[in-house]
Amino acid sequence: MSRTSTLGRRGVLAGATGLALAFAFRGPESAEAAGPAALDAPSLNAPALNAYVRIGPDGTITIQAPVPEMGQGSDTSLPLILAEELDADWSRVRIATAPVRPAFDSPIFRSQFVVASLSVRGYWMPLRIAGAQARRVLLEAVAARWGVPVAELTTEPSVVVHAASGRRISYGEVAAFATVPATLPEITPAALKPVSAFRLIGRDVPRHDVPAKALGQTVFAIDVRLPGMLHATVARSPGLGARPVSHNGAELLRRPGITHVIPLDQGVAIVGERIEAVLAARRALRVQWSPGEGPAHESDAALASYLTDARDTSRSGVTAGRAGEAAQAIAAAARVHTAEFATDYVYHAQMEPLACVASITAEGVEIWDGTQWPSQVRDEAARIAGVPAERVKVNMLTMGGGFGRRAAIDTSIETVHIAKAVGRPVKVMATREDDIANAHARPMTAHRIDVGLDAEGRITGWRHRLAADLVVPILYGRGRLDAQRGVHHIVTCHANVAQYDVPATLTEHVYREHGVRTAPWRGIGAGPNAFAVEAVIDDLARQARTDPLAYRMALLRDARAKAVLQAVGEMADWGRRREGTSLGIGFARLGLPQLGESLSATVAEVALDRAHGRIRVLRLWCAADIGLAVQPRNAMRQIEGSLLWGVSSALTERLTFRDGAVQQSNFTDYEVLRASDTPEVHVRLIRSGEMPLPAGELGLGTVAPAISNAVLAATGRRLNIMPFTPERVRAALAA
Amino acid sequence: MISLTVNDRPVTVAAEPDTPLLWVLREHLGLTGTKYGCGVAACGACTVHLDGAAVRACALPASEAAGRAVTTIEGLPGGAQNPLVRAWVAVEAPQCGYCQTGQIMQAATLLARTPQPSRAEILAHMDGNLCRCASYNQIVEAIQQAARGA
Repeated sequence: MSRTSTLGRRGVLAGATGLALAFAFRGPESAEAAGPAALDAPSLNAPALNAYVRIGPDGTITIQAPVPEMGQGSDTSLPLILAEELDADWSRVRIATAPVRPAFDSPIFRSQFVVASLSVRGYWMPLRIAGAQARRVLLEAVAARWGVPVAELTTEPSVVVHAASGRRISYGEVAAFATVPATLPEITPAALKPVSAFRLIGRDVPRHDVPAKALGQTVFAIDVRLPGMLHATVARSPGLGARPVSHNGAELLRRPGITHVIPLDQGVAIVGERIEAVLAARRALRVQWSPGEGPAHESDAALASYLTDARDTSRSGVTAGRAGEAAQAIAAAARVHTAEFATDYVYHAQMEPLACVASITAEGVEIWDGTQWPSQVRDEAARIAGVPAERVKVNMLTMGGGFGRRAAIDTSIETVHIAKAVGRPVKVMATREDDIANAHARPMTAHRIDVGLDAEGRITGWRHRLAADLVVPILYGRGRLDAQRGVHHIVTCHANVAQYDVPATLTEHVYREHGVRTAPWRGIGAGPNAFAVEAVIDDLARQARTDPLAYRMALLRDARAKAVLQAVGEMADWGRRREGTSLGIGFARLGLPQLGESLSATVAEVALDRAHGRIRVLRLWCAADIGLAVQPRNAMRQIEGSLLWGVSSALTERLTFRDGAVQQSNFTDYEVLRASDTPEVHVRLIRSGEMPLPAGELGLGTVAPAISNAVLAATGRRLNIMPFTPERVRAALAA
Repeated sequence: MISLTVNDRPVTVAAEPDTPLLWVLREHLGLTGTKYGCGVAACGACTVHLDGAAVRACALPASEAAGRAVTTIEGLPGGAQNPLVRAWVAVEAPQCGYCQTGQIMQAATLLARTPQPSRAEILAHMDGNLCRCASYNQIVEAIQQAARGA
């Protein structure tokens, strides 16, 4: 289906089946996108986005959720936005999952693509307008039937009211006779409900997906079972570009229940009638791989070389951000403060290992997938199967965690290849060991920050040199990086210090590529970058003999930022000294400047066991400004999750490579946060404006600096390599 | 062939004795509420009850369940009215939801022996059940709510 044909489509289904509306309009927010060369937001002057709502004669209102659920709650919050403007009785709303079609593309990504915490932000205005349009169609139908001016009609939840005559009619009754006009009513943003009139947005409604999850009834990709389906698992080559040269597949095929051993581009698939036979054969599989794209990567050695790159200003990097003349300001400074930081690779560790089901028939391809990028799965499946995209049906299933890993669709692609090869439906499931061996890591990073200060201690220039692997070419292809003139927005995001009053800043990125598979990882570059930046801010406060919170308050540019800082100080009772613990603070932004940034500040209360080098985070307080929260409770949960990812990645998570391969094999040696290490978490939302801003990754970047700053406050020693393992903590204390 | 009782129903499956109970439940019996997470009893996503005790189905050979009573999330007494399930829904503990059935099965064995657990007791009992969405504080709240009979 082409986009233009979608634009012209109108659906009319009246009578027994009720009223179905297919909406078409151009993205209304184009003015907002007039910003810097948009990276992930090329333009909001989007192709058509259609939201689809059906009203049954029984009053049931079915709303399609345009993107898949992965725990972020958009399965509820997106339909809720449409229901608000439709003035729907929420108890009569049924939520369905949309098909994968251009009509449901996000206007930001021009794709059904769930990344960067932008689903609510992206679909906000299109869904409001779609809801308002549907309501208007109902009003006009009633006005015509009753012979009254449409302006005299109002609505209450799922009821049209004519106050002058006292008449009322339910949406279901209207749907039984209404037809959709040839030209849908124009709705301008000015005609939308005022925010003060919202009945649903901003109030918590129960999440639609939760009851089935508590009962084990939610179907994840790994749970799909089809008649005649084969099971498969894939051994992935250790690094990018490494291909299977030879394997013992012939021997494995003699095992009962094993039907195929299939060499893939960068892997070997074992296929069989039963999962247990496939898993046993996987353990017996031996593959010889060709050398990959990079040298045999050794992450310990690489960390040192990354730091050398970050330090060596003669090695020029790509300028990722620049304001004023930072290098000159630093050269002319009365004093220069210099600090270095590094972070290890981290793994997503989503609880559902990668899984996908595909079936190829004469009709086309059908896929059952938990993917963050359904549109790309559709297009790749069409290419592999050699059919038009309209003959690919992608069922968007709930993901057992995404966090960026399922933005990469490597397993979906392999599943289609395998289904094509075996001629039967097939489910591919990664073992945990293969999921981690095939980790698409957050890049390892090294940072060097130089800050120029004048004789009074005022900051005159700030240079952040970052050495890190790339994500963009692996996720989007080489052409994308070229189109961005080499600027790697995923790794460099928030490396600058735009929130602070610094007259000249420069962010440089020195590339490193080792054939390591990478992907967006919750919070993307904000994790490492906010760590480095916020640690330096504390260093400067300490040198100025100023309280770190007060130092930030004086340096922050805008009132929203100061408000979150003020709030978190109150929440944590910042000025109160603790016995045996210390406090540290961190600040972080989230989002794209041209679409609006959310803001967060976090205080961590930390206990340090000096003898063992063990850090325990006891409490976290976070104040967050996400604009207008559509579902406040859920937004707070997302922020809490993000904060706890911050704790986990700051303290234990570490993916290492030896001889080009991942060394960890399971949760036994890749340690994520457990119940017993979970701090108490207090989140407070601060409302600002009338636009929902990103929430799902907000706060992650605040935690590592808050912990490191708390240790600094207690010991005067800086933890500058993440994660803060006991060995690293002991080394820092002994230094 | 292995005979066992699953959710009060006697069943016989054509599985090898060393097949992990997890695959017998998920693939032979279609009980997919029990999840695969790690295969080495390190994450708790596959937690079920064996004669009332919480066990990791991924690391338990099906032969060890022969002749014994297995309970999965699908057989949890009361279903949607089970106090833990109700509390889980009221608190909205799940985010992605993948680990939550294992969490509930693990929590059930705590309440069976400690009707009013403290936060520390809950965290200790639940320590083997990973939640990557990090819903741990909500799990504590849900267990305490269920314990209060709310």
